[in-house]
Amino acid sequence: MNQLLNTENVIASFSGHQVLKGISLSVKPNDVVALIGPSGCGKSTFLRCLNRLHEEVTGATVNGRVVLEGQDIYGEGVDPVKIRRKIGMVFQKPNPFPALSIYDNVAAGLKLAGIRRRSVLDEAVETSLRQAALWGEVKDKLKAPGTSLSGGQQQRLCIARALTVRPPVILMDEPTSALDPISTAKIEELIVQLKTAVTVVIVTHNMQQAARISDNTGFFLLGELVEFGATREIFTKPRDRRTEEYITGRFG
Amino acid sequence: MEQLLALPIVRSFLPQGRKEIHLGDRLFYLSLKSLSVLIILSLCALVYLLWGMATPAFAKFGWGFFTTSTWNPVTEAFGSLAFIYGTVVSSLLGLLIATPVSIAVALFLNEVAPRPVGTVLGFMVEMLAAIPSVVFGIWGVFSLAPWVRATLQPAIQSYAGWLPIFQGPPYGVGMFTAGIILAIMITPTISSICREVFRTIPFTVREGALALGGTKWEMMKMAILDSSRSGIFGATVLGLGRAFGETMAVTMVIGNRPQISASLFAPAQTMASIIANEYAEASSDMHHSALAAVGLALFLVSLLFNGGARFVLWRTDRKFRSRA
Amino acid sequence: MNEPLPSFDLQRFDGRRRWKNRLAIVVLTLLTTLAVWPFVSILKYVIERGYPALTWTLFTNLPKPVGEAGGGIANALVGSITMVALASVVGIPAGIFAGAYLSEFGRGKVATTLRFTCDLLVSVPSIIIGLFAYTLIVIPMKGFSAYAGAFAMLMIQVPMVTRTTEEILKLVPQHLREAGLALGIPRWKVILRIVLRGSLSGLTTGVMLALARILGETAPLLFTAFNNRFWSEKLNQPTASLPVLIYTYAISPFDDWHAQAWAAALVLVLFVLLLNVATRLILGRRADIRH
Repeated sequence: MNQLLNTENVIASFSGHQVLKGISLSVKPNDVVALIGPSGCGKSTFLRCLNRLHEEVTGATVNGRVVLEGQDIYGEGVDPVKIRRKIGMVFQKPNPFPALSIYDNVAAGLKLAGIRRRSVLDEAVETSLRQAALWGEVKDKLKAPGTSLSGGQQQRLCIARALTVRPPVILMDEPTSALDPISTAKIEELIVQLKTAVTVVIVTHNMQQAARISDNTGFFLLGELVEFGATREIFTKPRDRRTEEYITGRFG
Repeated sequence: MEQLLALPIVRSFLPQGRKEIHLGDRLFYLSLKSLSVLIILSLCALVYLLWGMATPAFAKFGWGFFTTSTWNPVTEAFGSLAFIYGTVVSSLLGLLIATPVSIAVALFLNEVAPRPVGTVLGFMVEMLAAIPSVVFGIWGVFSLAPWVRATLQPAIQSYAGWLPIFQGPPYGVGMFTAGIILAIMITPTISSICREVFRTIPFTVREGALALGGTKWEMMKMAILDSSRSGIFGATVLGLGRAFGETMAVTMVIGNRPQISASLFAPAQTMASIIANEYAEASSDMHHSALAAVGLALFLVSLLFNGGARFVLWRTDRKFRSRA
Repeated sequence: MNEPLPSFDLQRFDGRRRWKNRLAIVVLTLLTTLAVWPFVSILKYVIERGYPALTWTLFTNLPKPVGEAGGGIANALVGSITMVALASVVGIPAGIFAGAYLSEFGRGKVATTLRFTCDLLVSVPSIIIGLFAYTLIVIPMKGFSAYAGAFAMLMIQVPMVTRTTEEILKLVPQHLREAGLALGIPRWKVILRIVLRGSLSGLTTGVMLALARILGETAPLLFTAFNNRFWSEKLNQPTASLPVLIYTYAISPFDDWHAQAWAAALVLVLFVLLLNVATRLILGRRADIRH
């Protein structure tokens, strides 16, 4: 199967007010897909539809199909809790659990699933922190609270936390918009490195970021997926006029 | 410079408390300040007078006042141990019942209940706090106590009646009933503080727990409860402080027997209830003094717990604000 | 990073977790119902047992000796209202102005001490306030009186109104004050005419909450106003009050008195709940000014 994640005509609403107008796209394994567009156009909402977080808001509804590894996550009787293990998420503002240490934060997903064996946890935590390029900085203070790290480190902690349960896909909702340029650069570098292990779908405000790190890009405008294709093509030869106007900075 | 000070705008930027130039303002400010000082002085008067009333008893009985349990107005032998015991045990019992219930209420109203249900139930819990203590008392006498006597106590005794703390005839009134009614009365306090503490947890932390594949309950445990430990602690200490001072409802259901008993079902007496029972008709000056001494002790304990709780909650609040 | 990593079985406890989740939700629901139940039960009892005894004679008659029918709570009603009114004449303005002091001139040692004092007085067990009133008023006057009862109420009312007033007045935006001052209006007029007058609805809610509280307080009245089975001709006599009547009658062995106690409780609860609900309606969904 060449497609890891496939969405078919996803429509999302908040209390009857429609915000997504039928999004269909597909993501290949080990891709980095960037979703760009002006703010308020449904990119984050779409992302939240992919891990069934959108429906947690009162009055929010989703229609359409989202097929992950051959299974429609919105199918009959599918448990959202199980789906979310397969699709990790990193949020705009780093959100480590305030009461937990760095170690416990990274291990949180495993501990929830009932894995208690110290050796297994130790190894998983170290692997995740290495993958998130954070191990060197925290290996001596794993017991420190998660919130004692800097903003950029906290975000990498959240990435490590998401990686620990080995999801095939990780969603990132503007992960660097709250960070300084140096941390941003580190995380962009990290995302490119992570490609070999996971597939990444990243929402970003920053066109240059999308151009730098993604393989495929989707342009959202007013709840519609205007264009979706290889990043190189989107940024050099966009097919839709609206895409071109956005890329060249005419609006947004 | 004087010219400048005449401008009202400049005056409003002066540090507060500086001498006002305009006569009307000066009078106003001074009268308001005097009123405030008067209020402060009245608190000082309270402490001073209470201390004055209590001193004869302390002088006569010394520390024995707090360590003996004989309370005999006729022979003028006064020891308040039984009341301290009654206050502490009934309040702790109330806290034991109220804490899990209050946390459950806070979680339910904040996280589980659909909006309209949450509003209605939340309203009812808060209105519970507005009901006067004496109404709780009359309800306790005619509804709760008979239920304890006829249903609860026999039920508990059929399973655990061999334990000394559960022995004794079913009076209906006693330490246990007082504990239950205290639990009911302090639940609104503890749950409303918990609700506020829970609300300060950013939504994104909750989402983070869900995004990891946590169930709703796991999300509540990990993102909310674990992060609110000090806030919950402050709420319980505040609830305990309130329980210590609760008078009428307790007086009406505790059985009014100044005794220390091993059983939770035995009648007892609290510091507040002995004052309520005996003060109006106290026979002698020493009797009055002894009761005032009990009152002073109650005042100090209540101060300690309320102040301590406020401090803990203030620190918790600061911690969350600095994080946000 | 290219070697296959050892995998875990994340699904193993899924069933148990789902079951625990359901159980937790059920338990939370049950406990909330348990917490709310007394409110429902109290209302039920007060209405069921109080309503039948609500007769015209109840409100107009004095208590009759035990065994005689037709006793009433008139003197207790009047006594409560009298003492609350007496306290409020001093307490409401005092509380509002002290609260204005805190919000308008709020820095400095006096202000901080006042805040601390009010918070303390509000959380002190009310029976201690009664002891204070006894020592200050009953002893010098050599007897129980409405004055003493009113004073005890005052000591509860003033700190409450002070704090709520401060909270409400602090919500008034600073530029309103500055606009007044810039027009050359003296500060005291700005405070009275602009700040206070503009916050009347909020201030009223604070006053109403305090009224509801002091109406229902029993403990401080037990040895200040004490009780009276007849009219109190003057304010320096023992005075009957609704809460004390409820207490005395409820613990008595007479059924007729029990019925009257329930009726009195119904009146009291209705009053208190109405005041609280009115507060809520006025405030809308704005700031919570309690505690």
